[in-house]
Amino acid sequence: MSALLSPDDLRSVALTLELAALSTAVLLALTLPLAWWLAHTRSPWRTPIAALAALPLVLPPTVLGFYLLLFWGPDGWGGQLTQWLGLGRLPFTFAGLVLGSVIYSLPFALQPLLHAFEQIGRRPLELAAMLRASPTDAFFSVALPLARPGILTAAVLSFAHTVGEFGMVLMLGGNIDGQTRVVSTQIYGHVEAQEYGQAHALAALMVAFSFAVLLYLQWSRAAKARGAP
Amino acid sequence: MSGPHILRLALQLERPAFRLRLDVQLPGTGITVVFGQSGSGKTSLLRCVAGLDRPDQAHIAVHGQVWQDDKQGVFLAPWQRPVGYVFQEASLFPHLDVRANLHYGLRRAKDADPAALHEAIALLGIGNLLARDVAALSGGERQRVAIAAALALRPGLLLLDEPLAALDAPRRQEIMPWLERLRDQVRIPMLYVTHSVDEVARLADHLLVLSQGQVQASGPVSQVLAGLQPPIALGEDMAAIFSATVQARDPRWQLMQVQFGDANLWIKDGGQPLGTAVRLRLWARDISLARSRASDTSIQNLLPATVAALLPDAHPSQVLVQLQCGGQGLWARITARAAQALELQVGSAVWAQIKSAALVG
Repeated sequence: MSALLSPDDLRSVALTLELAALSTAVLLALTLPLAWWLAHTRSPWRTPIAALAALPLVLPPTVLGFYLLLFWGPDGWGGQLTQWLGLGRLPFTFAGLVLGSVIYSLPFALQPLLHAFEQIGRRPLELAAMLRASPTDAFFSVALPLARPGILTAAVLSFAHTVGEFGMVLMLGGNIDGQTRVVSTQIYGHVEAQEYGQAHALAALMVAFSFAVLLYLQWSRAAKARGAP
Repeated sequence: MSGPHILRLALQLERPAFRLRLDVQLPGTGITVVFGQSGSGKTSLLRCVAGLDRPDQAHIAVHGQVWQDDKQGVFLAPWQRPVGYVFQEASLFPHLDVRANLHYGLRRAKDADPAALHEAIALLGIGNLLARDVAALSGGERQRVAIAAALALRPGLLLLDEPLAALDAPRRQEIMPWLERLRDQVRIPMLYVTHSVDEVARLADHLLVLSQGQVQASGPVSQVLAGLQPPIALGEDMAAIFSATVQARDPRWQLMQVQFGDANLWIKDGGQPLGTAVRLRLWARDISLARSRASDTSIQNLLPATVAALLPDAHPSQVLVQLQCGGQGLWARITARAAQALELQVGSAVWAQIKSAALVG
């Protein structure tokens, strides 16, 4: 493997995994309450917020990256906020990349969770209430266990989707070795430099990874279908 | 029906195209069956009592404890009410096995008593199901486990929302004896929603009839069924239900004689010892009327009766005749033409020809 992958290739792989893991963790913490709220609220804000959360699904990643760059840049509101807070500027840093990935992969975490919570419906929660469980208790003891397949799907999808991002990374992260150069931009660099052999090694790795993820999802869906009465 | 041991339910719920408005006091023991057609507000009533739906205005007090009173600004959250609820279906958590389902509430209740769970398991005969997966239970077993889980918390009130409606007829027959045990052995008052007259007959001590969100009648079951005005609330299922005593038996024909007031009937021998009190159900459609005592008929049970009332039935071709017989109110459904041909009016003496009578419960 090390014959095929150079040290900076390996660094990009490690960085990609770190980015995907961190983004997935942040996404789950964020989308679990959001999905729960969307599944149960009767607020008029539900529809616009659901549409907003689905926006990254249809926008080209470059558009998303462009606006994030403007927003978090030195003249953007977000950028002024982070500077005022003493955090510096987010664009072209790893933290900025995590933030971008979270927004970019949001629908891929949110949709499976929302679907799972809607599938559960109100009945199990009403049953929990009738057995003396407070709403918070019922969320942890009933809703989360019942939504487990949806949570797994959400985690796998947001991880895989983050690994596969390119346009947004290029816009918001630049292509800084060891900081924001992930596998996809590394491959781009190899191709630019006509290093087709190295591009091949990384690209094949991505194909194998993506196939494994989809295989897992198909398999768990089939297992769920078999398990249902 | 006075003193602290009563349930007071007064509530108003307005929804688009639906309205529930009632104010009743119900006994603090036994099964009160809430009966009515679909859309009459039965389930809404239960959900309001449990706090799952919030009525616009309500005073709900159980054994003197106020669960909701909008004038005093009291509203107990559903999980804070000492109530048990058995839903029509899906009354168990699919991610837990039977034992964990039964312990779910017990672990959370403030004054939980594990002995109550043991009693409930024994009462409903589910001791052999504890290690099972919920998915491996039959519909009837599921509902027995759900009832036990609710009972294990010794609720002040047990609410059952058509617990048999999702079951097929054989399963229903299988679970019915357990419900009868529940009625006879548990001192917790129950509100039992159904639209099945069979369940009214076998389980009800008290009957609350709802129609279009309003109370049509409320009282002891025999009294309500005998006096319901107008009786069309029960539709095709109109019946009289009352108790009688086993008086004699005829082993040759497998029959036994039951007595109510000064009247008696021969029915299929159910094996009850002489002197036992039994519940009888007489369908309105199984009683025909004659002016004189027929001698050449296959009908063995002929009782002298007096017409107490003539009421229009759901279909204009038929009338419901209320009869007084053996101190008991009976119903007969006949055609309007027959009523005229027999010149029936209030006070007419007739012979009630009872095609069949069945024991219930």
